[in-house]
Amino acid sequence: MSQTWAYLSNYLVYSAMGVYTLSFFAHAYETAWAVRTPESSDSTEGNLLTKTLDYKRTEKVARIATAFMILGFILLFAGVIARGVSAGRVPWGNMYEFSITGALAFSGAYLGALRKYDLRWLGLFVSISVLLTLGTAVAVLYRPSAPLVPALKSTWLVIHVSAAIISGGVFLLANVVAASYLYLENMESKGGRKEWAKRLPALEVLDQLSYRLVAFVFPLWTFAVIAGAIWAESAWGRYWGWDPKETWAFITWVAYAAYLHARVTVGWRGKKAAWLCIFAGSTFLFNYIYINVWGTGKHTYSGL
Amino acid sequence: MEQQIIPEIGSLGLLRFVWRQLTSMRTALVLLMLLGIGAIPGSLIPQRSQNPMEVSKYFTDSPTLATWMDRFSLFDVYASPWFSAIYILLFISLIGCVLPRTFELYKASRALPPETPKNLSRLEFYQAWEGNGSELELASTWFQKNHFRIRISDGSLSAEKGFLRETGNLFFHLALILILIGVSLGSLYGMKGDAIVNKGERFINTPTSFDSITYGKLFNESSLSPFSITVEDFIAKYDPVTNAPKDYVLTVSVISKPGATPELKTVRVNSPLTFGSTRVYLQANGYSPVVTVRDSTGAVALQGPIPFLPQDGNLRSIGAIKAPDAIPQVGFVGSFLPTYERSKGNGAISVFPEPLDPRLLLSVWLGDLGLDSGRPQSVYRIDTSVMRQIGLKALKPGQTFTYTGGSITFEGFLPWVNLQVVRDPGKSYALAGGIVAILGLLASLFARRRRIWIRINGSQIEVAGLAKNGAPGLHDEIAEFVTAIKGEK
Ligand code: HEM
Repeated sequence: MSQTWAYLSNYLVYSAMGVYTLSFFAHAYETAWAVRTPESSDSTEGNLLTKTLDYKRTEKVARIATAFMILGFILLFAGVIARGVSAGRVPWGNMYEFSITGALAFSGAYLGALRKYDLRWLGLFVSISVLLTLGTAVAVLYRPSAPLVPALKSTWLVIHVSAAIISGGVFLLANVVAASYLYLENMESKGGRKEWAKRLPALEVLDQLSYRLVAFVFPLWTFAVIAGAIWAESAWGRYWGWDPKETWAFITWVAYAAYLHARVTVGWRGKKAAWLCIFAGSTFLFNYIYINVWGTGKHTYSGL
Repeated sequence: MEQQIIPEIGSLGLLRFVWRQLTSMRTALVLLMLLGIGAIPGSLIPQRSQNPMEVSKYFTDSPTLATWMDRFSLFDVYASPWFSAIYILLFISLIGCVLPRTFELYKASRALPPETPKNLSRLEFYQAWEGNGSELELASTWFQKNHFRIRISDGSLSAEKGFLRETGNLFFHLALILILIGVSLGSLYGMKGDAIVNKGERFINTPTSFDSITYGKLFNESSLSPFSITVEDFIAKYDPVTNAPKDYVLTVSVISKPGATPELKTVRVNSPLTFGSTRVYLQANGYSPVVTVRDSTGAVALQGPIPFLPQDGNLRSIGAIKAPDAIPQVGFVGSFLPTYERSKGNGAISVFPEPLDPRLLLSVWLGDLGLDSGRPQSVYRIDTSVMRQIGLKALKPGQTFTYTGGSITFEGFLPWVNLQVVRDPGKSYALAGGIVAILGLLASLFARRRRIWIRINGSQIEVAGLAKNGAPGLHDEIAEFVTAIKGEK
C-alpha cells in the first residue's frame, strides 16, 4: 500500500519535471522570439518601433508556457501529497521531501504573484530553478519513504514547516525580483534597455514588488520561528537553544527586519534596498543548504 | 587640566547626549545588524553548551588558537559579555525609542482629526460637484458606519481611520521587550536537570536526585516542585527495515505532592508531564544490565541494574561496573549489545535496538578503582591505569563468569529513561510576546492610515483624501464614499 503511493509520488514528480521542462522551453521560445524585429520592408522609424514592441506573435506561446507551469504545479502538488500518504505523515521528514515541497512553494509563490502582477517574463527563471531543485532532489537527495522519528511527530512541526516553506518560496521570489532589478538597473545605466528587456516592468515596479513580497511574508516567517520554538519546547524542553538552525532562522529574521526598517523608516530604495534584500534571502538559503548538509545540531534530519 | 576644557556640557548633558544617540533609530538598526552578525560565529564554531566534546577537540588540536578563541568567548558566544552587551544595548535603545512614542500615540489617538484644509482642490483624489444639501449628513453616517473618527466643523467634516497601523507597530516593538523579559526570567529563575531512572525505580524531584543540574542565578532550591515519578513501563518501537525509532511510550505513576494519590500517566517525546511551570521530558533511553558480583569470600559485593550509555542507533551501549566493596576491588569495563552479531571489521556489534539476542561483553580488572582518592570520575568509565586485566567474557542473560577472585552473573537487563526536568517561569511571557508581536506586525504592515475630507462650498460639494505612506486603495474607498453620499446605486 505505502509502496504503491511512494511509486506514484515518484512518477508524479518525474511527470512534473517533464512538464516544467516544456514550460521552460515555451518560456525560452517566448523570450527569444517575442522581441525579434521582424524583417520589414517598411523602414520608417515609427513603424519599426511598433513592430519591435509587438509581442502578439508570441502571446499564444506565453499562455502555453504558463499553462504548463500550472500543470507542473498540480502534478508536483499531487506528488508531494502522495509522498506524505506513503509515509503516513507530512512529507517533510528529510531533505528530499523538503526540496520537492520547497520547489512547490516557489512555483506556487510565482503563480500567486502572477495573478496580480505581469510577471510572465520571470517564468523562464522560475521554471529552470524548479527543474534544478527537483533534479538535485531526485538525483542526490532521494531517500526511500519512511516514518518519522518520534521527535518529529508533532502538529507544531506541520505548522512550523509549512509556514517556513511558504515563507522560503516567497523570500526567494523576492530575491529573484530584486536581482532582476539590479540587472536591469545596470543595463539602463549603461545606455538603456536592450530590445528584449523593454517589455519587462519598470524599475520602480520591481522595487515595490520585492518590498511587497517581503512585507507580505515577514509576519509568516515570524510565525514560523515562533511555531518552531513552541515545537522545540515540547520536544526538547527549551524553546530556544541557539542551535545552528535556530540561530540562522534568527539571523534571517533580523536581516529582513533590517530590510523593512531600511525601507520604511530610513527610506532606502533601489539598488541599496535590492542588495539588502538579496543578502537577507541568502541567509535563508544558507540555512537551508549549509546547516542541513554540513551542520551539526538537533535539526539535522536531512537523512544524508 | 583636561577636564576644564569641557565644563559646559557637564555630566548631565553628556548623559543626555549619550541617551539620545543610543535611542536613535540609526543606532537601533546598527545594533540590530550587529546582533545578527554576532550570532554567526556561534553557529559555525562548536559551543560548550551544545557540543563540549568538539570544543575539547579544539583544545587538544591547537591549544594556542583555542585559548585565544576562548578569550573572546567564541565557545560560549550566546552567554558572552560582548553578545550580552549588544542585546542589552539594543533593548535599552528599543525602550527609549518606543516608550515615548507610546505616550504620543495615546495622546494622538484621543485628539480629533485635523481641521479640513483651506484648499481641498490641491489635495489628492479631489472631486467636486453640485450637491443637494443632504451630503454632510449622509457622509457622517457613512463615516460612522465605516468606523472613521470624525471632526465636525462649520460646513465640513474631516475623518480619519487607520490608527491601527501605528498601534500595531508599537505593540510589535513592546512585544519584543516582553519576549526579552520572558527570556531573562527564564534564565534567572529557571533550572534544568537530568536524571537516569531504571524501569521500576522512583525519581523524587530534589537537587540530589539529578545526575546533572544547572540553574539560574536567582533560582531557589525550595521552588523545586515536590513531585515524584515512578517509571512503571517503557516501550520503544523500532522500524524493522530502517532500525529508526517509531515510537517511545513511557508509563509513569506520578505523585504530584507528598501525600497525594498516585496517578498513572503517559509520556512521549512530544508530550511532557507538566507541573506548573516545570515540565518533565522523556529525553533519551537505554539499557541497564542487571548484575550480581560476588567476591573471593563469596559475599555479594554488588547487585542491581547499572545504566550503560548508548553509542549508536542500534543501542550498542558502554558502561562500567564498579565493586569497591569487593575483596579485592574489582571493576568491569563493559558493552551491552541488544542484538548481538560479530562483524568482520568491528568485532562485536549490535544490529537492532530491541533486545532480540542480548549480550554483555566484559573485561575484568582487579586493583585500586581510585574511588577513595576523592578525585571525581565518570560512572561510565574506569581508570584502569593502576589495575590489572584478568579476563574477558561475553555473557548471555543468566550466565555467570567466574574468575580468580570472584564471579559476576548477568541476571538480565532493564530499560532506563532519561528524565529531563525543566523549570522555566518566563516562557509564558515569551509566548505572549510572540503572539502580540505577530498581531502587531500584521496590523502595522497591512493597516492603512488615511483621511477623507468633505466640505460644502456654497452649493458645491468638495471631497478629497490623503493616504499616509502612499498606502494604496484610498482611490476606491473614496469612489465608494462618493457613490454613497450621492445616493446613487
Ligand atoms: C529587534 C527587531 C526589530 C524589528 C523586527 C522591527 C520591525 C519593524 C517593522 C516591521 C517596522 C515597520 C512598520 C511600518 O510599516 O510602519 C518598524 C518600524 C519602526 N521601528 Fe522597528 N523593529 C525592530 C527593532 C527596533 C528598534 C530597536 C527600534 C528602536 C530604536 C525600532 C523602532 C522603530 C520605529 C520607530 C518604527 C516606526 C517607523 C515609522 O513608522 O516610520 N525598531 N520596525
